[in-house]
Amino acid sequence: MNLKLKIWRQKNAKDSGRFEEYHVENISPDTSFLEMLDILNNNLIHEGKDPVVFDHDGREGICGMCSLFIDGRAHGPDDDITTCQLHMRKFKDGDTITIEPWRSAAFPVIKDLAVDRSAFDKILQAGGFISVNTGGVPDANAIPIPKKDADEAMDASACIGCGACVATCKNGSAMLFVAARVSALAKLPQGRIEASRRAKAMVAKMDELGFGGCTNTGACEAECPKGISIAHIARLNREFICAKLKD
Amino acid sequence: MSILDSKIPAGPLKDKWSKHKADIKVVSPANKRKLDIIVVGTGLGGASAAASLGELGYNVKVFCISDSPRRAHSIAAQGGINAAKNYQNDNDSTYRLFYDTIKGGDYRAREANVYRLAEVSNLIIDQCVAQGVPFARDYGGLLDNRSFGGAQVSRTFYARGQTGQQLLLGAYAALNRQIAKGSVKSYPRHEMLDLVLVDGKARGIITRNLVTGEIERFGAHAVVLASGGYGNVFFLSTNAMNSNGSAAWQCYKKGAMFANPCFTQIHPTCIPVHGTQQSKLTLMSESLRNDGRIWVPKKKEDVEKLRKKQIKASQIPEEDRDYYLERRYPAFGNLVPRDVASRAAKERCDAGFGVNDTGLAVFLDFSTAINRLGKNIIEQRYGNLFQMYEKITDVNPYEEPMMIYPAVHYTMGGIWVDYNLMTTIPGLYALGEANFSDHGANRLGASALMQGLADGYFVIPYTIGDYLSKDIQTPKIDTNTPEFEAAEKAVREKIDKLLHMQGNLSVDDLHKKLGHIMWEHVGMARNKKGLEEAITLIQEVRKEFWENVRVPGKNEEFNQELEKAIRLADFLEMGELMARDALNRNESCGGHFREEYQTEEGEALRDDENYKYVAVWEYKGQNETPELHKEELVFENIKVAQRNYKD
Repeated sequence: MNLKLKIWRQKNAKDSGRFEEYHVENISPDTSFLEMLDILNNNLIHEGKDPVVFDHDGREGICGMCSLFIDGRAHGPDDDITTCQLHMRKFKDGDTITIEPWRSAAFPVIKDLAVDRSAFDKILQAGGFISVNTGGVPDANAIPIPKKDADEAMDASACIGCGACVATCKNGSAMLFVAARVSALAKLPQGRIEASRRAKAMVAKMDELGFGGCTNTGACEAECPKGISIAHIARLNREFICAKLKD
Repeated sequence: MSILDSKIPAGPLKDKWSKHKADIKVVSPANKRKLDIIVVGTGLGGASAAASLGELGYNVKVFCISDSPRRAHSIAAQGGINAAKNYQNDNDSTYRLFYDTIKGGDYRAREANVYRLAEVSNLIIDQCVAQGVPFARDYGGLLDNRSFGGAQVSRTFYARGQTGQQLLLGAYAALNRQIAKGSVKSYPRHEMLDLVLVDGKARGIITRNLVTGEIERFGAHAVVLASGGYGNVFFLSTNAMNSNGSAAWQCYKKGAMFANPCFTQIHPTCIPVHGTQQSKLTLMSESLRNDGRIWVPKKKEDVEKLRKKQIKASQIPEEDRDYYLERRYPAFGNLVPRDVASRAAKERCDAGFGVNDTGLAVFLDFSTAINRLGKNIIEQRYGNLFQMYEKITDVNPYEEPMMIYPAVHYTMGGIWVDYNLMTTIPGLYALGEANFSDHGANRLGASALMQGLADGYFVIPYTIGDYLSKDIQTPKIDTNTPEFEAAEKAVREKIDKLLHMQGNLSVDDLHKKLGHIMWEHVGMARNKKGLEEAITLIQEVRKEFWENVRVPGKNEEFNQELEKAIRLADFLEMGELMARDALNRNESCGGHFREEYQTEEGEALRDDENYKYVAVWEYKGQNETPELHKEELVFENIKVAQRNYKD
């Protein structure tokens, strides 16, 4: 396949940035999207040009590091996958592909296609945990947990923290991300104890960090590579309102 | 006497850890506040250690190369974590987990370390459940288990096909709690480039801020290395793209000895290589071997037709399929350990029965299980893995069998540590995949997660106290000293040299060359001639690298090519040590298979008389031959025997 690439280039957070055009040739349809970018970068290095910076690491759809907006969609034109799992067979020979970084006020661009998502860490530091120290905990089977609850907690806990939800949301809201964590812990008896405090603290931190509000468009769910349901947002709202009522 | 003192406590095996804990010193809360600890890496070992040490009251600084601690490569572990809970009533026990691990490692691991690992395994599961890790459960609400290779019991706890992710999120949450409390300070996108020794003790590190390029000094009373393995020396592996051995290698060059570098795990179930432009291989979880059956056709004509795409695998009748693992290893069948399964796949492919167009693939077939259990059950168990496979290969594994082939996955070798996990440098510790201690010559599935968390949650918090108790009078480590200055200068000079070469080859061009040499000569099957050749070839590529690499850009920016170049420079040295170690070990054991040493049936042939030792290499200077030291392995509780997975 031969392809034309329009790629966002931006030297650093202060640079205003621009699209630049590149061409890649003889790409196998079995090549992954990131391998295609590896090939482009190798060509650029040989031509004495600056390679394109993009975040990537595990390339198995689980680390959440890759973060590309491809042809107007977070993680590109396929459902339920991350960019690293996208393969070139989803494109046609001769296509022009537009590649941008996540765009959100809370995720400033570091360089080219890489953004700073440390705001997610800060939200989790505000309360995305169960307050237990190492050691001195009960036997793992001491508290039976209904399979349904454990499964729902697992559904929510599948979040990889990639930020596609924020990048997709027209308001730049992190509600799906926050809801997934709140829900994952609130569904388990171990996490119930701190559920109210957790919901309040994480929502407050999210607001403080410049993420937008949720207007229930559902775009986040549609683009989430792990298919995390907006039902978790409903649960977060319930936790939050109940907590506030108790104040 | 050997200069290596493993500090294994005396007394009966089952009492060693308890007795040792009782004997070692502790540090009072008031003094812990005055002590600084650096933790490098935030995978299961690093994150659990940093969180636990922070909880104890030490001042911890934790470093990772990713943008968040949560992205460490432990997250990609799919199948599960072992523990000797015996919840299934299938006669599991601490001893059986210990025995399976020693046997699985082909009798090249330390008894005392492995027994401790088995002993604390149960605590890990308790801890993770308390943190909210959503392990799979039965309808009665209790925890579920499955089986993994090398075991005849079901002792593997799992969270769908994302166990590593869930365990890491647990440790990361514990870490976040400490970061919020201020006991741990986190430095993401920072790479350790050197270790600093003061008076022979580990007292700090030099890092590069990967966003700004700033070179910084950090001092501490002790340094804990949890930087993972070095599988990426092969270029193509299942490791994350950024996983590297550089932090460990810098420690080696500062005096931490390196143990069993040639012990590499080649994982049997990975998606096969498809072309020359690939950057990364994808693992399919070992858990799939619970229900998947591995086979190739019995007839060469079927192989030909498959390669020409004239028939599909599902059209080959049952009687024409060779379920070669079930045939060769009736007792364990498809659940033999990884090294055995990988070699068996290679044997069939070398014999001309490989099934894809490259001839380097075998089938992993779920049709029997789907017929027996129904598609729904299979989907519940492996849904995300099947989806991942289909996205990558465009083949639906519910209808056609998966095609798999072995790939580099894990390194059992690593920095040598004693029973306290301390390296040969006082004050420098190594945890998880970065050390060598628990898996011998072959790691069993679902044991890496166990080891990382055992080291981080339940070993280092105890053993580091013993060392630091002697350091309570030592004030904060001053980084404005000649030692730090010299280390920083060396790092800057290396970076300058890399940036000024402006040669004709990219880092990837050279890394691929190294990878080919390693896979060809230091991979699944090794021999004397090939290893000798590899050493020469690696030296040539290393020379080429230092004359002809091109690293664009400058240091003071986000420069991913520079990061890669720094790591490759180290891989080019590590590869040679791996070949040297493989050449020295004139036997086959676990993942180390020397073609000269095999049984008539093609099984690994150990030489316990001459090689029942840990090969420990000491750095002697650039371009000098490293010195080999031996730690003899003593087996007091297990009868050393040839591994038998047949009956």
